[in-house]
Amino acid sequence: MPAVTVLGLEGSANKVGAGLVRDGRVLSNPRRTFVPAPGQGFLPGQTARHHRGCVLAVLREALQEAGLEPADVDCVAYTKGPGMGAPLVTVAVVARTLAQLWNKPLLGVNHCVGHIEMGRLITGAQNPTVLYVSGGNTQVIAYSERRYRIFGETIDIAVGNCLDRFARVLKISNDPSPGYNIEQMAKKGQKLVELPYTVKGMDVSFSGILSHIEEVAHKMLASGECTPEDLCFSLQETLFAMLVEITERAMAHCGSQEALVVGGVGCNMRLQEMMRIMCAERGAKLFATDERFCIDNGAMIAQAGWEMFRTGQVTQLEDSWITQSAVWWGTPPDRGRAQQAPAQAAHGTQASESPWQHRRGQLSVRRR
Amino acid sequence: MAGGGGEAGACAVSPPPLQGLQLVQQGAEARLYRGQFLGRAAVVKLRFSKRYRHPALEERLSRRRTAQEARSLLRCRRAGISAPVVYFVDYVSNCIYLEDIVESTTVRDYITSVQQSGKDTSNLFLLAEKIGEVLARMHDEDLIHGDLTTSNMLLRPPVEELDLVLIDFGLSFISGLPEDKGVDLYVLEKAFLSTHPNTDTLFEALLKKYSATSKKSSLVIKKLDEVRLRGRKRSMVG
Repeated sequence: MPAVTVLGLEGSANKVGAGLVRDGRVLSNPRRTFVPAPGQGFLPGQTARHHRGCVLAVLREALQEAGLEPADVDCVAYTKGPGMGAPLVTVAVVARTLAQLWNKPLLGVNHCVGHIEMGRLITGAQNPTVLYVSGGNTQVIAYSERRYRIFGETIDIAVGNCLDRFARVLKISNDPSPGYNIEQMAKKGQKLVELPYTVKGMDVSFSGILSHIEEVAHKMLASGECTPEDLCFSLQETLFAMLVEITERAMAHCGSQEALVVGGVGCNMRLQEMMRIMCAERGAKLFATDERFCIDNGAMIAQAGWEMFRTGQVTQLEDSWITQSAVWWGTPPDRGRAQQAPAQAAHGTQASESPWQHRRGQLSVRRR
Repeated sequence: MAGGGGEAGACAVSPPPLQGLQLVQQGAEARLYRGQFLGRAAVVKLRFSKRYRHPALEERLSRRRTAQEARSLLRCRRAGISAPVVYFVDYVSNCIYLEDIVESTTVRDYITSVQQSGKDTSNLFLLAEKIGEVLARMHDEDLIHGDLTTSNMLLRPPVEELDLVLIDFGLSFISGLPEDKGVDLYVLEKAFLSTHPNTDTLFEALLKKYSATSKKSSLVIKKLDEVRLRGRKRSMVG
């Protein structure tokens, strides 16, 4: 089989990246990050403007670094969702244009699947329980009964969103990212401030913790009761303990011996340390990656695209829409239904266009 | 880069809290022992400490969960909902001594075995209704379980009589809010449907019986619909 080279374009949030992957090897993976002023978050319009300004430079860099010409690329993969509408559209327009200009097939990739595939590629994890934690997602995904299933998740905001918004309260710098700066400050924290701890079965809730800390932070700081570093420390300790707890539940539930942490928050060293202790205590193994692959990047889209392309999937131009919603897992809704009907008739055999299909059945959304 | 650092080591074996107890299960957060307590068949649930948590947080959580479990079990029994008798609570070692429901089966195992046997599944619908009824009564007592799964429900022998016993109240709390009850059902719905594929109609029967039994069910079901639309269903970024 000849080598297959896939270009992946990512821009679902404030990072824009282009990555080239050839048969499991990352050839290049440059990216740019939109950094808003302290106290602010990234708004869709501003973020899209940032992406428009630098996406072509990033693309050129990716090709140069890999030493490839457009003719060497076999397929153009892009993030179809979930994410912010305006930035997603920006990147999708570039992907569609390239596919037509270079006369290459186009492939829309689910962002979450990209994170998991990249994590598996880099770490070599075989059958992990996945903790996927980022600015927009918080999920515990595990393989059970021939499908990847979401066992636990946030019932309101994502853990990264909670951290980012806390950073805005304290006006912590967004450069390089609020989460990184909180992590550095937390290392100097001494005192554990009591915060709500909200685990509901295998689900977690962060909005109450955020409201609480937003309310008490300035009062406590003004009275000298604690330092900003103590607050960062306490928030991290509380949020991460909740995440590790639900991951462990899912592992116990599925009898899993591997854990993989992916997503932007996944490169936090304290979270990795806590996950590693939990795994060691139950005789399991932790897999994690660093910021190059944890944080949104183009290579992860290329890698998931490579897996899909290998099984003969492509996205037609008229299907190359984007979606902000997370319920979409890689199968266009109309085709998904069309294919599921005969599958059910055939008594439980799996048929879908999901990128998992060739390996272990479909990544399913558990409910409705 | 590829940081796979966790050593594969067995969990530290610690002595049982009382002599003569046998370790029967090591769960995610507690070890279960079986044996005799003052001449009665007992299960001892020992909440062991998690090293990944900050010690102060660990202490707070263990104590709270042990206390809450004992309280909620008593509250259930006062309301006539079947739950194990609490024999003794040891707050120093965070141990609870409970009645052993001898020869019981978890609802999870029961559903799986009926499904696999290919036998008549009508009994499962009776079971689902039974669960709906018990949960409605529990919620009417303003008791929120916090970790409803089919593994946390037992059936006393003989299983056909569907004598349901609720266990594992470590995450429980008292609340009259429809929001909390709705989330409680949401947690069960997800656990139920992920553990038992193709049981949507069973769960519908459960909810229907819940609505019929509980006095305040309409607000709760409305909240449940709302909660379903949060999380993954909402538009997300990142």
